Amino acid sequence: MRYEAPTTSKAAAELLAAEKGKAYVLAGGTDLLVRMKSGMLEPDLLVDIKQIAKMREISKTASGFRIGAAVPGVEIGEHKALGKAWPGVVEAAQLIGSDQVQGRCTIVGNLCNASPAADTVPALIAAGAKAAIVGPKGRRTLAVEKVVTGPGQTALAKAEIIEYISLPKRAPKSGDAYLRFIPRTEMDIAVVGAGVNLTLARGIIKSARVSLGAVAPTALLVADAAKAIIGSKLDDEALDKLAAACSAACKPINDKRGTIEYRTRVAGVLARRAALIAFERAGGKR
Amino acid sequence: MSGAHVSTTINGDAVEFACPQDESLLDALRNRVGLTGVKEGCGTGDCGACSITLDGRLVCSCLVLGVEANGKQIGTVEGLADGDQLHPLQEKFIEHAALQCGICTPGFLVAAKVLLERNPDPSETEIRYALAGNLCRCTGYDKIVRAVQAAGKEMRKQNKKKAKKKKKK
Repeated sequence: MRYEAPTTSKAAAELLAAEKGKAYVLAGGTDLLVRMKSGMLEPDLLVDIKQIAKMREISKTASGFRIGAAVPGVEIGEHKALGKAWPGVVEAAQLIGSDQVQGRCTIVGNLCNASPAADTVPALIAAGAKAAIVGPKGRRTLAVEKVVTGPGQTALAKAEIIEYISLPKRAPKSGDAYLRFIPRTEMDIAVVGAGVNLTLARGIIKSARVSLGAVAPTALLVADAAKAIIGSKLDDEALDKLAAACSAACKPINDKRGTIEYRTRVAGVLARRAALIAFERAGGKR
Repeated sequence: MSGAHVSTTINGDAVEFACPQDESLLDALRNRVGLTGVKEGCGTGDCGACSITLDGRLVCSCLVLGVEANGKQIGTVEGLADGDQLHPLQEKFIEHAALQCGICTPGFLVAAKVLLERNPDPSETEIRYALAGNLCRCTGYDKIVRAVQAAGKEMRKQNKKKAKKKKKK
């Protein structure tokens, strides 16, 4: 196995493009190195992206925030301005693993690992986040909900790398929240996850995005759930409609973490609670 | 397998080693540098026995490649004591009998040190969350939590004394 640590995104894409064998991007390594150890993966080339300065930073731009692909969870948690603008995205990122894992894990790794239960993905989808992709044929941008195409599958072509995730500029009176259900308090994988992001105008929900995780092969953007609360003050009727729309969108599996019936029910409950938190964060009064 | 030359700083000392490019930092620290305080439990980032700091960040050394340590600052349990003077965490772990077999202890000590540097007066809940990535199969955690609380208290006392001395100067 060859290990390379290029200092530019372009060089990283070129290294990946030139490799004839199996090539992987290494950021936090909290999934990749586990798979290598178990023998599931035998890379010919690892391209470590942590020496690429642009990928190591969180920056505030005129159009919002950029979170570099190699920024570890702990740094996302420490960024005050990001936490103020996007508390739901930050809390989702902070839910991943232990403090040890937070020292390494990245949100782009969480996304590209393409687990249906990834915690940051519903929060990013609700936020309207976009992935900035660099590859041998140039750059492109893809909405986060379009990146994962199935369990373990992404829309990235060979040698394409996500350079950073961009979050839109925050409108006033906005709030987001992410909740996941696990049977313990820490160190577990979501049975269901729910992200809600909304903006108010004169106390009424003007726009909203609702996303669910672990209830389908990929995280879902549930337009009907957003419709259920837009135009409301998040009264009980709107919340009931939101929960019903979320449960209706679920296409879960039965596994050791939860049954189809259980996940379907909990999706509605969690979305309701996340919406209440997001509403309160936006300064809404019911 | 091609090898890599790694220059790093471990517990304040410059250290160089060579290792295969796919070798974990855990294996390199134990077998090439001789720092056997770093323990292997699960090898997959679940148990925290191999906890170290990498440029001040708490990580599992089993989930880091040796080559990634090039140019980095590493902290291990061997760097806690100051000569013969044990770190307050080490003293309180002994006092509170916060260990039995001892395999998890170095990881707990390193993780607890990072916690107390960030938050000198953590609540019991904060301690339990911060140490959720460290597994112990002997003590049942209560003694470990008490030892971290006692060490935090001791360190706050020492820091106050130091601050007073500085003021007098």
